[in-house]
Amino acid sequence: MPPATDLGWWGVVIAVLGGAARVSTPYLFVSLGETLTEKSGRVNLGLEGTLVMGAMSAYAVAYLSGSPWLGVLVAGAAGAAFGLLHGGVSTLPRVNDIAVGIALFLLGTGLAFYLGKPFIEPVAPRLPHVALGAWSASPQIRAALEVNALFVVGAVLAPLLLWGLGHTRWGLVVRTAGDNADAAKALGYSVGAVRTLSTMAGGFLAGVGGSFLSLYYPGTWNEGLSSGQGLMAIALVIFARWNPIHCFWVSLLFGGATALGPALQSVGIASNYYLYGAAPYVLTLILLIASSSPRHALAGAPSELTISK
Amino acid sequence: MSDVTLTRRHIVTGTAGLLAASGLTSLLPGPEARAAVKPLTVGFIYVGPKNDYGWNQAHAVAAKKIARLEGVKLIEQENVPETVEVEKVMEGMIRHDGAKAVFATSFGYWPNVLKLAPKHPDVLFVHIGALWKEGDPKNTIGYRGYMEEPHYLCGVAAGHATRTGKIGFIGSKPLYFIFNNANGFILGARAVNPSITCQVVITGDWNNPVREAEVTNSLIDQGVDVIVANVDSAKVVVENAERRGIGTCGYHTDVSELAPKGFLTGAEWNWAAGAQFVKAWQTGGSYPNLLRGGFRQDMVAISPFGRSVSAEVRSKILKIRQGFIDDTFKLYQGPLKDNEGNVILKEGQVIANDDNKFKLAVNFLVEGAIGKTGLKK
Repeated sequence: MPPATDLGWWGVVIAVLGGAARVSTPYLFVSLGETLTEKSGRVNLGLEGTLVMGAMSAYAVAYLSGSPWLGVLVAGAAGAAFGLLHGGVSTLPRVNDIAVGIALFLLGTGLAFYLGKPFIEPVAPRLPHVALGAWSASPQIRAALEVNALFVVGAVLAPLLLWGLGHTRWGLVVRTAGDNADAAKALGYSVGAVRTLSTMAGGFLAGVGGSFLSLYYPGTWNEGLSSGQGLMAIALVIFARWNPIHCFWVSLLFGGATALGPALQSVGIASNYYLYGAAPYVLTLILLIASSSPRHALAGAPSELTISK
Repeated sequence: MSDVTLTRRHIVTGTAGLLAASGLTSLLPGPEARAAVKPLTVGFIYVGPKNDYGWNQAHAVAAKKIARLEGVKLIEQENVPETVEVEKVMEGMIRHDGAKAVFATSFGYWPNVLKLAPKHPDVLFVHIGALWKEGDPKNTIGYRGYMEEPHYLCGVAAGHATRTGKIGFIGSKPLYFIFNNANGFILGARAVNPSITCQVVITGDWNNPVREAEVTNSLIDQGVDVIVANVDSAKVVVENAERRGIGTCGYHTDVSELAPKGFLTGAEWNWAAGAQFVKAWQTGGSYPNLLRGGFRQDMVAISPFGRSVSAEVRSKILKIRQGFIDDTFKLYQGPLKDNEGNVILKEGQVIANDDNKFKLAVNFLVEGAIGKTGLKK
């Protein structure tokens, strides 16, 4: 690789754009999964635990088997298992899905730390990337456009999920269970089963999101790997108004904002780095306030959600 | 260590021949003395996992060496937070396992150590912050290495390796020892080529893999081609830098195997220097309550050189290290300016390598650094 040339402020722009693609993928997968789950009328707050569990199991399996894609699959399966647990327990009478979610959040992270101990030191094979920037002579642009296949999958999944929820039979069933449980029952569907399956699918996606963290970027397993990405992604769902396409843009925005601080610091703007660290959260708050309206406060919110009841 | 091509890992995995070269042999009693050695249980408490390629691993490596002392039995506990929890763990080690020496290996454990030490006068408490002061319990010890010295050597390696003339330093928290390390790194590089600049970026967290990876990528986008990271574990930074084909220096422990192409050398602690406290406690000998030291006191080390470091550069670095050992080479010497143009040292002014007062008050970055400490002057 030839030595990088000085790009100055363009370097900041490229770093933010590249960072958006690099950092956003876990947010994207978790928020898409949670959108599906919430559309069915359940909230799964345990996805942070699922994400960490996915990251750990993906890393462990990739290391042991030598195949990162097998790791991704196992991460998804682990996520689905957590989803099954959440869905199954929440289906029992008088069980609150938010409380179950918090319990599974703690269980997931705790279990991942416990089982992941032997895998902190080894180096697992990394997921491959697509070199979209191969045309460019600039190493910076090439690096920024190294896009992981999972990001592409997520980007395709977002419109697919939107279409599926709106235009297919199973989408209608999921939305019915989420908007009016009695109507779903009247149609002959088991609300509990629909919600459990949706939570499993959501857990699968969150697990895959975790595998991106450990197998691609930052590409390691340790106990501080997720700094609350799973929790933040759940908040992003509300921000995205339960719309998968919005989830995609919001995740990108969040990723870009995360990259802004480091990019500015690397050109020598060094003061207030704690403030830059908070940039994604501040940005989310500002946009949330700006986009809020007293008339349609929770537009798009499934009406069976514990939080909207 | 007498031979830098010798890795800590080799010693830990336990070849007796390597042990002989590690400098530890002097601490082991001869065969005739062995029968008289009192058995002693030593507890090591870590704030994170002990195989983190970082801070905790550096201590775990020392623990394994200390466990080789005659009569010593090692017990360990990982992931102990800097709360009242560590007191419970220490109490447990003392009461249930009969530990008579406890190594509390995280900075924030100190207040808890001070609380427990008077209750257990028969137990030695060793802490890694070198925070001990007159009036603190006599059965407590603080020790810490001058990591700016190996950082200077890393800087020399970086100064020879860089082609863009831009190097990077990633720091976790705005603390004096982080700035000392940055200064050592920059001074070393600029001793090779005075036109080299160093971007200094503080992440604000001991451990934040996503931000560390982002900072690494941003620095590389700005043309930086050698990076050292002073965070809990340099693994993420070293791996990401290696993927993008630039050079790296390690920190805390030997991370050379994470970057077979780009690794130059690394700044390592030698916490095994604490073996002398254990031995003194075992035999009733005397020990210092406060110990700071660099190469001269064998409390720091450098990692084995990477493949890309030429023989010429290696011998140059080893010569400077010898200068630290003989105390003929001083890290901070005048004329020295900070990166805002203020004069720190005048021509001819020299700071002794063990001048703690000066080093603990370092709140500046030397000339050539791009970045701010963010500290009030």
